[in-house]
Amino acid sequence: MEAFTTHTGVGVPLRRSNVDTDQIIPAVYLKRVTRTGFEDGLFAAWRGDEQFVLNQEPFRAGSVLVAGPDFGTGSSREHAVWALMDYGFRVVISSRFADIFRGNAGKQGLVAAQCEQSDVELLWKLLENEPGTEVTVDLTANTVVAKDFTAPFTVDEYTRWRLLEGLDDIALTLRHADDITEFEQRRPGWLPTTDPLPAG
Amino acid sequence: MSRTLAEKVWEAHVVRHGSGAEPDLLYIDLHLLHEVTSPQAFDGLRLAGRQLRRPDLTIATEDHNVPTIDIELPIADPVSRTQVETLRKNCAEFGVRLHPMGDFEQGIVHVVGPQLGLTQPGMTVVCGDSHTSTHGAFGALAFGIGTSEVEHVMATQTLPLRPFKTMAITVDGELKPGVTAKDIILAVIAKIGTGGGQGYVLEYRGSAIEALSMEARMTVCNMSIEAGARAGMIAPDQTTFDYIEGRPHAPSGADWDTAVEYWKTLRTDDDAEFDAEVRLDADELTPFVTWGTNPGQGLPLSASVPDPEAIVDENERVAAEKALTYMGLEPGTPLRDIHVDTVFLGSCTNGRIEDLRAAADVLRGHKVADGVRMLVVPGSMRVRAQAESEGLHEVFLAAGAEWRQAGCSMCLGMNPDQLKPGERSASTSNRNFEGRQGKGGRTHLVSPLVAAATAVRGTLSSPADLV
Repeated sequence: MEAFTTHTGVGVPLRRSNVDTDQIIPAVYLKRVTRTGFEDGLFAAWRGDEQFVLNQEPFRAGSVLVAGPDFGTGSSREHAVWALMDYGFRVVISSRFADIFRGNAGKQGLVAAQCEQSDVELLWKLLENEPGTEVTVDLTANTVVAKDFTAPFTVDEYTRWRLLEGLDDIALTLRHADDITEFEQRRPGWLPTTDPLPAG
Repeated sequence: MSRTLAEKVWEAHVVRHGSGAEPDLLYIDLHLLHEVTSPQAFDGLRLAGRQLRRPDLTIATEDHNVPTIDIELPIADPVSRTQVETLRKNCAEFGVRLHPMGDFEQGIVHVVGPQLGLTQPGMTVVCGDSHTSTHGAFGALAFGIGTSEVEHVMATQTLPLRPFKTMAITVDGELKPGVTAKDIILAVIAKIGTGGGQGYVLEYRGSAIEALSMEARMTVCNMSIEAGARAGMIAPDQTTFDYIEGRPHAPSGADWDTAVEYWKTLRTDDDAEFDAEVRLDADELTPFVTWGTNPGQGLPLSASVPDPEAIVDENERVAAEKALTYMGLEPGTPLRDIHVDTVFLGSCTNGRIEDLRAAADVLRGHKVADGVRMLVVPGSMRVRAQAESEGLHEVFLAAGAEWRQAGCSMCLGMNPDQLKPGERSASTSNRNFEGRQGKGGRTHLVSPLVAAATAVRGTLSSPADLV
């Protein structure tokens, strides 16, 4: 994973609460077996509407999404994060994120920055009054800055560390492979197993 | 120290405690796979040259993409077909037991695990699907994960996680006839909101929960995610043990006694404290339906479409306005006057044998209304076979409903079973999001009883309306 320290890009105001993962990318786009190329599915139902924010200049080239509360609710599909990143987003700002979405974002290097709703409202106004305003999200200082607007944001401390270092979760866990083996030796024998097949 | 059920299960699975901001490393007892969220994870393993650590704790089924008619033919949509074929190739390569279309054990992943006896109290269960919370009905800690985490579990059989907070949802009293587990959970979500459970494991308790069957408990836990919670749990009891005993992967002989002895310890201690508590009175509950585009936008069936003007919170008011526009509904319309085109009975929420029995009891001697189509989709092939052995399929067919093969079907628009733009459904599934059942489709979430009565009358109805 690429390390993330700071990012500056055009802010996109998305004045909607409860943007669920079916809105971020409808199920019909989840049939692919690849990990890239999901940008065409991003907000697919809304992209047909000319008034939709991403259909307007200069928001089209945005990379910092500013959304209403409860962003990413619903399905566990990591495709929602892939679609946002494939489109070009590096940061989503919201006052509340769904747990699974937040976790998925952290694994992929998309920053899910949690701000106070009052700050989100201020940011919306700024971005709507001055379209094209660039927003800087600084993960070392945990701040969102746009023109003379500055607000703090929170991300889970461990995720922040991993993002700053660009570390891969699996490699980190495999440092403790001995602990896992030892745990497995302690598991009760009556716990169920499936009927695996010979591999290959 | 006194602990909640969730804390006991968590503690029993900690491979290694994190220090400071570092998460705990949690062991995973069962990993369920399906075709949609696994291909990129298998690819990740291959790219890194890693092995699947525990194929014997992993099982796969085909559910999201599968058609529910003509299943002996190749899947018509080439992209869906590729996804299913990719799962078959991956399972063969890594040695994972797969239940493909046509197999007797095939079905929706959250119906398959419990029916095989693989879901047991005190286990940790994960799947790349948010409705994994279903398995919490057994007193397991079960939650949905993203594809990166799927790959992590494949490679290490663990997940790095911070402990969840705990919330007690106490439902005391007795449900009136015609009121079901689905009505309980829809009322809970309407009460605490779609974000109310964020960061929490919900523990459902109280006399009304204890009185529920295993399948009804699964319906409740299934929709925990719709309240924003990662997981929902119910303490195991004799109902749980009776359900598991004799299933293919259940412990037997002396192991059974050892297991039950342990399972009986899986209860929240009397003096343990939850981080939050919510109470509901079962006696006051009535059939519940949704009117909007998130599962928290629900009301008793006897109510009317709400007026957004009356909502104080600005975000909620705007959300309600947008929802009513999408749903094509006018404020003040009695919910009972809403006409539907389609009734969907099925899904991991309500596609089990008891759901089919309940709906068949309502439909017996009635016909599906003119202009309404009703799809009955069993959650698994085993459920389908059971229903046929009881003659339920004959009841559905005589009423004019369609009797289908097992799969996720119309719960989500990934397979041929979809709403057309503007079509309206009464659906026993779990999500009424915009476009969830097909682009432009409008969804009202309901119980199996309400679904069946609605099919007969053509408008949102409860069985009491048929008398």
